Amino acid sequence: MITTPAPVRARGAATFARRLLVARELGIALALALLVAVTTIRNPRFLSAQSIKDLLLGATILAILATGQAIVVITRNVDLSVGSVLGVTAFATGVLFKDHPGTPIVLALLAGIGIGALAGAVNGGLIAAAQVPALVVTLGTLYVFRGLDYTWATGRQVNAADMPHGFLSLGTRTILGVPVLALFAVAVLLIAGFVLRSYRSGRELYAIGSDPDAARLSGIPVGRRVFAAFVASGALAGLAGVLHAARFGTVDANAGLGSELNVVAAVVVGGVAIFGGSGSVYGAALGAALLTTIGSALPVLGIDPFWQRAAVGALILAAIGLDRVLAVRTARRLRGGRARDA
Amino acid sequence: MRESARRPLWTVLWSWDALVIVALVLVIAVGTSTIDGVGTPRFYRFVVLEAIPIALIALPLTLVIITGEIDLSVASTVGLTCCVLGQLWHAGVTSLPLLVVLSLLLGAVLGALNGVFVTVFGLPSLAVTIGTLAFYRGLAYVVLGDRAVADYPVSWTRRMISPIPHTTIPWFVFVVGALALVFGILLYATPVGRALYAIGNNDVAAGFSGIAVLRTKFWLFVATGACSALAGVFWTFRFASARADNATGLELSVIAAVLLGGVSIFGGRGGLVGVLAAVALLGVLRNALQLADVPANDLTIVTGSLLILSVVGPNLARQARDRLRRRRPIPALERTQ
Amino acid sequence: MKVSARVAGTAVLAALTLALTSCADDSTGGGTPTGTNGGGSSSAAAGTIKSGLKIAFLPKQVNNPYFDTSDNKGGKVAVGEFGGSYTETGPSEASPSAQVSYINTLSQQGTDVIVVSANDKDAICGALTEAKSQGAKIVTYDSDTKPECRDLFINQASTEGIAKSQIKLISDAVGPAGGEIAILSATANATNQNAWIAAMKTELQKPEYAKLKLVATVYGDDQDEKSFQEAQGLLQAHPNLKGIISPTTVGVAAAARYLSGSAYKGKVALTGLGTPNQMRQYVKDGTCQAFALWNPADLGYLAAYAGGALASGLITGKEGDTFTAGKLGKFTVGANGEVLLGDPFTFDKSNIDQFDF
Repeated sequence: MITTPAPVRARGAATFARRLLVARELGIALALALLVAVTTIRNPRFLSAQSIKDLLLGATILAILATGQAIVVITRNVDLSVGSVLGVTAFATGVLFKDHPGTPIVLALLAGIGIGALAGAVNGGLIAAAQVPALVVTLGTLYVFRGLDYTWATGRQVNAADMPHGFLSLGTRTILGVPVLALFAVAVLLIAGFVLRSYRSGRELYAIGSDPDAARLSGIPVGRRVFAAFVASGALAGLAGVLHAARFGTVDANAGLGSELNVVAAVVVGGVAIFGGSGSVYGAALGAALLTTIGSALPVLGIDPFWQRAAVGALILAAIGLDRVLAVRTARRLRGGRARDA
Repeated sequence: MRESARRPLWTVLWSWDALVIVALVLVIAVGTSTIDGVGTPRFYRFVVLEAIPIALIALPLTLVIITGEIDLSVASTVGLTCCVLGQLWHAGVTSLPLLVVLSLLLGAVLGALNGVFVTVFGLPSLAVTIGTLAFYRGLAYVVLGDRAVADYPVSWTRRMISPIPHTTIPWFVFVVGALALVFGILLYATPVGRALYAIGNNDVAAGFSGIAVLRTKFWLFVATGACSALAGVFWTFRFASARADNATGLELSVIAAVLLGGVSIFGGRGGLVGVLAAVALLGVLRNALQLADVPANDLTIVTGSLLILSVVGPNLARQARDRLRRRRPIPALERTQ
Repeated sequence: MKVSARVAGTAVLAALTLALTSCADDSTGGGTPTGTNGGGSSSAAAGTIKSGLKIAFLPKQVNNPYFDTSDNKGGKVAVGEFGGSYTETGPSEASPSAQVSYINTLSQQGTDVIVVSANDKDAICGALTEAKSQGAKIVTYDSDTKPECRDLFINQASTEGIAKSQIKLISDAVGPAGGEIAILSATANATNQNAWIAAMKTELQKPEYAKLKLVATVYGDDQDEKSFQEAQGLLQAHPNLKGIISPTTVGVAAAARYLSGSAYKGKVALTGLGTPNQMRQYVKDGTCQAFALWNPADLGYLAAYAGGALASGLITGKEGDTFTAGKLGKFTVGANGEVLLGDPFTFDKSNIDQFDF
């Protein structure tokens, strides 16, 4: 009799936590829907086929980057070098097609992912082996990779005219109205979400983010998992680079410059706690969609587009605050359950 | 605390600070003898001019990082201060002292906002300052848009960068020196300074031992904001131009200098001597390499590599040393990043 | 006691700094000798440019293909012709404060002529003035600074000429019915862009363009991605837009690429200043009827010769001075130290295949 309430309360707290997570992502989806609705009322052209296509295309690359970043942030790290990795792979793709016009697209995709994975391995290796904080290492590799990109490119630019038509059409073709590029993002999202939820190595990432010492003590190979997380983030950044080349056609060494902030913003707004241990890739992708839509909606709503940057910053702050409130409430709930157990 | 009184001299000489100073001297020596133009009075003038904003921000940021926090929004504070300064000037505020005071106040307010988020709401400083980095920069664009304000009186511009008589070094370096003295005394010779290290090592324990952790951190953020605003004032008048994108990316140079100067990103370790030497080192290195016609891209690679080396090196050295002593290396306690 | 180690360190650093500053005594001569006599080995025969001059090109940003053409295919060739030594340097992003750093470096290296395209007309003035005081000659090209900070400005085409050509091209492309048009520019403070936009607004007030209405000016920052997205944004915000003018090679290429892959192809006209290689396929597929430019290599070529003439004392930069610029012929300095390259040239389907740059 005395013991029965405890499991119920513990289970209740766990369901509450899970419900919170879902609520968080639902909240973003709701905000997105609201924004689209308000903007469409103001200008019905906002929901035209061309406009939706543009929105989806714009969100795709950010969503792929955000997925990779979410994996890293869940482990209580951060990867600031994704913009530079995107730049390198985008330019590499351009050069590959320019010098070897007959290259199959699949090969280009694999090459991009490979280069990205290599960059991620460098990051992951330094962080896991030397046990240095990810912020500093990826800050350094942000510089180094971008510098290597510039040195390789030396002011060159690959024009859209140099790329094979089939590859460029990837950037504009649609299947049933959905752009092909967006399908890439959906596929990446589903795979990542599935691995994180249903595979032990995926769940372990959450454990590492919640408490790395406890994770290590309970036998999780923290170093290996963190390494894998960074390789994944790098590989996805590489994929994003190839898709960037397909979408924009013209690539130079500046591709992806400064995009780190947007990626981190998308992840944070999407409910992935910067402190690690919670959140999902779906939330991160939703965050990416929300940020992209804001960028497109502001001019339509007649708001000075200069407010966009400030809006992104305010959103990040609001998202972090909200996460904190939710985390405190969850902790209180869990504590309340356990206290009664004793 | 007691141990540093009895530290043998060789540990002082082998300390990170000393290493950075040695590196600085080496770079100057090698550069002066091999690269044309290094070591001339004009060279130092340009090095100092570029180093002043970085030094101004690195001083309080060192203290912030020692307590285990971080502030990435400093460059955006500089930018916003520049824009507000420009806007005030256009609105008719023509008194230079008043403009400076208002800018410093603005910086203090911006820093206080960071401080409130971190101390009152308990949010992680990395995330908060990423948010305020975007927010303040965004506000800068809202204030000034795409325009630039550049019609300041030439006398102001000239006064800001004019040299100390009989030398080529800008007089503003005295301001930096005075601030360094203030922060140095605070850090090394007051209980507050010792408290910063305690907070950085374990803020819960520090709190229980009577240190006002939250209040200290709050005021550090305010100080960082105010110093960033001062750097903004210098920047505006040095370039005679206030734009919304002023100082974009400056935070990376500042953090690179602080970390290279031996301050641990985990908190609890490091000092101002190494940081100032690192600021000088990075400045001299960058200018010397530019004089040697090393392209901008290679400079980027060098900065990034130095940053990585400055953290990987000590960690690997420590691991190697521990392994040599046959002690199992204890993984570094993860802190908030 | 416990602070002795730190104090020792601070003292060392302070001593070092003091030692350095005492070495940094500024004698009135200052710096390495530069100026019109500094770079040369041989003296100038009457009317020819001295050999051995150090000419440095400092574009808005180094990773920009337009400047790659003007500097390396034009300026470098010219400098080789008159026996000088050529360098190109500059920041990787189009920021004025980064340019200042390079100007200081070039001045310290004793460069005879600095050829610079300014990211901001005021911000680099201080550094340029200081470089001038050390004996360097300053030539601006593509984008000017305040006239007092430089000796000559090589303008690719007259501001009015560019504006007239752009408005005429968009008017022809939009058709007699007229409609709303917008401008997709580069960075908001670029001197040349703002001059052209102001002249275009004046041109639009003429009665023959009464049916054209300028509804927006947006900035792509000379970045391909941003320009692409700004073009997209323009069409979303202004459903009745009939034409876009983009007087920047990066912007017009990005806008063309967006339009040609969208539902607006052929419905929204596009013109601007573009390079034939980038715009060829869009002219052929109908996205862009015609656009204008000049030869950027000629611009760099002329700038190098102008700088060489200045540094050799052949001209001083005042109105009426004349000099010869190699294969381009004779040029006369106009008002305000401006030298005009020529008129903008219109490219369309009929002639675009004849060019390769």
